[in-house]
Amino acid sequence: MSEVALKTRAARTRAPVWLRAAVPWALAVLIILALPQLMTTSFGRTLLIEMGIAIVFAVAYNMLLGETGMLSFGHAIYFGLGGYAAVHVLRFIAAGLLLPVALLPLVGGLGGLVFGLLFGYLSTRRAGTAFAMITLGLMELVVALALIFDHLFGGEEGISGNRTSGPELFGITFGSQLHVYYLVAVWMLVSLALMRAFTRTPVGRLCNAVRDNPERVQFLGYDPSRIRLIAFAGSSFFAGVAGGLFAVNYELMAINSLGAERSALVLLMAYIGGIGSFLGPILGAVLVTFLQVALSDYTQAWLLYLGLFFVLVTLFAPNGLIGLVLMHGPIARAGLLHRLAAAYALALVPALLLAAGLIALVEINYRLAIRPELGPAMKLFGVAFDAKSATAWIVSFLLVGAGLLGLRAVAPRVAARWGETLEVARA
Amino acid sequence: MELVVFSLLNGVLYGLLLFMLSSGLTLIFSMMGVLNFAHASLFMLGAYLAYQIGRYTGFWPGLVLAPLIVGLLGAAIERWGLRTVHRFGHVAELLFTFGLALLIEEVVQLIWGRAPVPYTVPSSLDFAAFTLFGTTYPAYKVFMVLISIGMFGLLGLVLTKTRIGLIIQAALTHPDMVAALGHNVPRVFMLVFGVGSALAGLAGVIGGFALVTSPTMARTLGPIVFVVIVVGGLGSLTGAFVASLLIGIVQTFAVAIDFSLIDLLARFGVTVTRADTFYDLWRIKLAQLAPVLPYFMLVLMLIMRPRGLMGTRET
Amino acid sequence: MTASALELQAVHKSFGATAIIRGVDMSVGRGERHALIGPNGAGKSTLFHLITGRFPLSSGAVRLNGEDVTGLAPFEIYRRKLARSFQITNIFPRMSVYENLRCAVLWSLGHGYSFLRLIDRMPDVNERAQAVLERIGLAARRDVPAGLLAYAEQRALEIGLAIAGEPEIILLDEPTAGMSHSETEHAVELIRRVSEGRTLLIVEHDMAVVFGLADRISVLVYGEIIASDAPEKIRANRAVQEAYLGTVPA
Ligand SMILES: Nc1ncnc2c1ncn2[C@@H]1O[C@H](COP(=O)(O)OP(=O)(O)O)[C@@H](O)[C@H]1O
Ligand SMILES: [Mg+2]
Repeated sequence: MSEVALKTRAARTRAPVWLRAAVPWALAVLIILALPQLMTTSFGRTLLIEMGIAIVFAVAYNMLLGETGMLSFGHAIYFGLGGYAAVHVLRFIAAGLLLPVALLPLVGGLGGLVFGLLFGYLSTRRAGTAFAMITLGLMELVVALALIFDHLFGGEEGISGNRTSGPELFGITFGSQLHVYYLVAVWMLVSLALMRAFTRTPVGRLCNAVRDNPERVQFLGYDPSRIRLIAFAGSSFFAGVAGGLFAVNYELMAINSLGAERSALVLLMAYIGGIGSFLGPILGAVLVTFLQVALSDYTQAWLLYLGLFFVLVTLFAPNGLIGLVLMHGPIARAGLLHRLAAAYALALVPALLLAAGLIALVEINYRLAIRPELGPAMKLFGVAFDAKSATAWIVSFLLVGAGLLGLRAVAPRVAARWGETLEVARA
Repeated sequence: MELVVFSLLNGVLYGLLLFMLSSGLTLIFSMMGVLNFAHASLFMLGAYLAYQIGRYTGFWPGLVLAPLIVGLLGAAIERWGLRTVHRFGHVAELLFTFGLALLIEEVVQLIWGRAPVPYTVPSSLDFAAFTLFGTTYPAYKVFMVLISIGMFGLLGLVLTKTRIGLIIQAALTHPDMVAALGHNVPRVFMLVFGVGSALAGLAGVIGGFALVTSPTMARTLGPIVFVVIVVGGLGSLTGAFVASLLIGIVQTFAVAIDFSLIDLLARFGVTVTRADTFYDLWRIKLAQLAPVLPYFMLVLMLIMRPRGLMGTRET
Repeated sequence: MTASALELQAVHKSFGATAIIRGVDMSVGRGERHALIGPNGAGKSTLFHLITGRFPLSSGAVRLNGEDVTGLAPFEIYRRKLARSFQITNIFPRMSVYENLRCAVLWSLGHGYSFLRLIDRMPDVNERAQAVLERIGLAARRDVPAGLLAYAEQRALEIGLAIAGEPEIILLDEPTAGMSHSETEHAVELIRRVSEGRTLLIVEHDMAVVFGLADRISVLVYGEIIASDAPEKIRANRAVQEAYLGTVPA
């Protein structure tokens, strides 16, 4: 065979690899284009926009937690300060500054980066638990200072701008929600691609090394705290981009956008989705945002449910939901998923009982403790009852008890079935 | 003078309260390597339980029962929660307790509502203990000091005089050696976690009437306690003690001093108006800054001595 | 006078009140294969930690090629072309073998803290990592997470991490500990090859390996060097025989 023939053959065998890398991105673009056609209500599109912003923030957060092993309890300050930077620049735009509104997320990113470098310089000198506590302290500091400097932060009401005040570019005015949607989509894709690429640079790999064994990194010529600082700055940059998108979408930044709640939420998103893979935080961001928007309409207790779910994940699914999915990879490839169906269906029964009982308890309590003005008559799962009646309580507790006992009884059987099937799949 | 003495008294009191929390936290951390994020939440539970029990029985039984219940709850958390998460590593453990903190806050709201509950000083402690410079000092504050000092005395006795105490001490200086000691390590862990939690509960019982017993009290106090142990040096009891008092006193003094840069400038004949660019900065009163001071100290400590006052451990 | 590659001067180390290293003077010439032997607990690993900056010295000095490196951080010492392996396997468990090695070659190829280029597009990094991979015999395990390797394979990777950066001075702490006979032979062959033209300081318990490999041997007992000499002289040294070699047939 001639050398040329060999080369083209090599090229042909390499092409699929390149293609395989491109397929998910192409798919993502297709989904992004299709979604607003499927969800045409303002509510639906708001939800999509929020998901996009949350995805950027959660993946940025995972540059720290999943990639570098750094747990931050206060990462919303970079989201928030980035957003504030964007909103202030938006006001300058209204005052005549010539900057396309579409570039505001970059302003947000730079804001996040500046503060990420500043606070990162302080906090990345420590690792592990101390680092986590320091992030918490710095967040409290920033929130408290933000409350004091209300010229800059606008106090509880916040600082607002007007995204349509900018120079018109190619007919895009951001007057329509769809414009904002596409802005978020483009910035999201670019951010994801960049963050993905970052994990494949030397420093990206060294981040993993620092996560696995920071001490050993020192004996390969690198200063782990420097690597942590780079990861921190990068993560803060993209958190700031998310904040900038938030600012464009809501045209308002308030202090709650840089505080404890948002910090906790992004942590929950990333961890529930799964910090061990790139897809995990994306999944988590979509899911948690959906729950937040969907559940908070139905129940006051959505944070409680989310917290409970999170605790369950830390207890039983340390690799997050994506970990649970990936776990089934070998079995699915062997075409044996159906063998698990019966076992899963069996486990579902007590799980549902338990969930129903817990939900009943929570909702009854919320009604009595937080919304007493609505009276004790309430309706749940289509059943009307009196929240103060003994029956309601007894039934709820019975459901919880039956669910717990049932789960305990079926858990070993599900596990055994799982083991068997995996074995068959491997063989 | 009067201001100084009373601020000092209150500062020490606040510092002792912080140390009641940070000491339990440090004990647990040194033994198990876990920072219990829910520690302040257990403190809050102590206050709420004391309030609830007190409604049926009066204050005194609550003083004993509430910490006991919180301690049992802590032991249960260790037994059925932490022990499971342990194999996933320290990050997972910390996250688990973080989730618990969220949950406890929500559950407290669920049971007692979002508004503060009227947990107040019992009438048996509601009198003036002594009068200084014509101002009275309330008995319940003296009581708080007595309880916390009594607690530390008891803790010291247990640590130095009992077998389990000696194991814990060994673990404090050689954290890796606990397992090698051949004791029933899981049981020791459960015990330490339970006792640490009970201490937090006790702090809650007596802290509850000095602070406001509301669902946000854990969220407000928690970060300060974590700052205390980082500033003191993670894993060091002495460090936690010094940092607790330091932060307690500094913060109390700041609250008492109603003074801003505007006042300072005014002394030199400079007046600042709202139009001034840095007006926000000038008008800040020291009292306003009080809540921020612990965090400033954290930043200062990070710049000057990243390991903390008495820290030896890296992570 | 040309400076030795590695020189220790009156090195002391105490943990609390216990003195572990009690005044070590030692010098390893350039290009020399130097073995450090001594009973368990003598302080050999501690001495390695002192040389490589893992622990601070209580007193004394460490020189590399004449330069005082006492008190430098481990990564600064590594940058002066001294690399080491660990007695207790110290790798990156969740990363693949190949990624372990890529991280280990980056600095020496001058890539520093680069985050603007993809590592897959760095031919020098990939070639060197692949070469080391083949050298340590793990080519077939390239994409396996290092934490899942068999013990002997992890030991091989441990050596791989130490040599990947092509340092001038290599410190190996009991590289063959726990290996089977054939694995040991394999490892010794590897060590012999990679230390060609470099300076080697090795802690080793297998006397056959030590005497087969070393140009010079130092004996550390209770934190003190009691002898430092050519292998045959060490074998003949009475003090050494009493303190340590008594159990080994001469
Ligand atoms: N970090 C430490 N703290 C206290 N003692 C230590 C420490 N590291 C090692 N030692 C002690 O120093 C002595 C020498 O240990 P080591 O250097 O590992 O010996 P070797 O490698 O020669 O077997 C041992 O008695 C050990 O217990
Ligand atoms: Mg050794």
